[in-house]
Amino acid sequence: MNWEVVIGLEIHAQLSTQSKLFSGAATSFGAEPNTNTTLVDLGMPGALPVFNKEALRMAVMFGSAVNAEIGMTSVFARKNYFYPDLPKGYQTSQMDHPIVGKGFLDITLDDGTVKRVGITRAHLEEDAGKSLHEDFHGMTGIDLNRSSTPLLEIVSEPDMRSAKEAVAYVKMIHSIVTYLGICDGNMAEGSMRCDINISLRPKGQEEFGTRTEIKNVNSFRFIERAIYTEIERQADILEDGGKIVQETRLYDPDKDETRSMRSKEDANDYRYFPCPDLLPIELTQEYVDDIAANLPELPMQKAERFMSEYKLSEYDAGVLSATRAMADYFEEVAKAAGNAKLAANWVMGELSKYLNTEGKEITESNVSAEQLGGLLVRIGDNTINGNTAKSVLQAMWEGQGSADEIIEAKGLKQVTDTGAIEAMIQGVIEANAAQVEQFRASDEDKQKKMIGFFMGQVMKASQGKANPGVVTPILNKLLKG
Amino acid sequence: MSLEKQDVLKIAHLARLALDDNDAEQYQHSLTSVLDLVEQMQSVDTDGVEPLSHPLEAKQRLREDVVTEENRREAFLANAPQTEAGLFLVPKVID
Repeated sequence: MNWEVVIGLEIHAQLSTQSKLFSGAATSFGAEPNTNTTLVDLGMPGALPVFNKEALRMAVMFGSAVNAEIGMTSVFARKNYFYPDLPKGYQTSQMDHPIVGKGFLDITLDDGTVKRVGITRAHLEEDAGKSLHEDFHGMTGIDLNRSSTPLLEIVSEPDMRSAKEAVAYVKMIHSIVTYLGICDGNMAEGSMRCDINISLRPKGQEEFGTRTEIKNVNSFRFIERAIYTEIERQADILEDGGKIVQETRLYDPDKDETRSMRSKEDANDYRYFPCPDLLPIELTQEYVDDIAANLPELPMQKAERFMSEYKLSEYDAGVLSATRAMADYFEEVAKAAGNAKLAANWVMGELSKYLNTEGKEITESNVSAEQLGGLLVRIGDNTINGNTAKSVLQAMWEGQGSADEIIEAKGLKQVTDTGAIEAMIQGVIEANAAQVEQFRASDEDKQKKMIGFFMGQVMKASQGKANPGVVTPILNKLLKG
Repeated sequence: MSLEKQDVLKIAHLARLALDDNDAEQYQHSLTSVLDLVEQMQSVDTDGVEPLSHPLEAKQRLREDVVTEENRREAFLANAPQTEAGLFLVPKVID
């Protein structure tokens, strides 16, 4: 049978606040266990939460960016369950009155079509601690540093119909939160985690099938693979006439399979109720309007500006605006080089090769935007040609200094002195008398093809330093005799 | 509305309360009478009345996003029956 997959996503984005959602402890990643904790995070009796102003502002920024209704009154609720890394016995979250209501965003698919995905809601909640199951004499270690770290849980409508669409959506959310500066987007450190709801239905059927939820997937690649794997599993069951059990599953990237988490029969009986320790949050229209009016430029807007301001192609603008770090880097190079097209080519071409080879992000580049800009200036003013620039970039990548230092130290400065170039060409003509004779006997079309050989010889004689723009006319003149 | 004994046991389990059979029966009665009261209250017409999420007519005060707390791990760990490598130790749990 022909199945259609239906996917909805819940994304947890950790907000980049300095302190926690409800306490004055630091949120820094990688701190020694339990050093970023307070009485509130430990759930000590009598300790009361006080809500972080910045987390609120960040949530409203997100809501504005995805065209959502903002909850002018929002309420914290307790989600009750027992687990050792949740010392209070409940997670403070939001249920009936989330801070961000219905919204949407547009994603661009590989074939260039634009698809609108609905956002159901986004709510503020605190993270739980971390359980370590390594060997502590058969016991479990609890680290509560993450406890009360602010999260924004972004819930989508079940609008996606393929793994590719789901990945495009997650990438767009990633791009938006990093552009807004409200989340560092570091999936490896768990700053963005994704729960995937998947069901299948026969093509053409209106009604949704039974869904499963894959918890805590933390990379774009794993999201795609987990979805393919789960689609296959569900299709196999349905083809055999079986039924899908609604349950929570985990994706194991090593085995490339999803497996059922031990099902707790009352796992979803969270008995939500409004948190008596926290009052409702009331927003004014002025506060919301002010945030909306001061949103930074978003990915789509930036791509459009790159096309109009720098005359970049749609493709180039898309690649260079994909992340805020990439966009900022490119713009700095363009400014330093004074040539946006050249900057775009080098950032997407040569520089990306080095980054990809070493698996580095643009923020980890060995060559700063200013340094790369400095190199491109030297192409622009004809100090070096493009080929020489590639070897200079390699030296820069290896930490040998700035473009000017390397050009100076290696004597790579392009030769533009016509007298010197004429002498070099004369040398080449004398050393290749047979070829010159052949050239002179040929018709114009043939000559055009043969000129490359002489050009190569001249470049070789100049160790790549001759300015091709100066060489070409002189070479033509002398060859024709 | 009346609760079954099974409901009482389930609620107790969710709250990790240990009830014996006698307790369960007693709570079955007292909880049922609470629910009866709620049922009686439901006959009041509440159309157009906003649900109350907090009895105080006040709104949430906000805190500046500043780290104000120091590391007091040693004091916190001193309260726990078992610790190791800066961690609280609890009976083994596996998801």
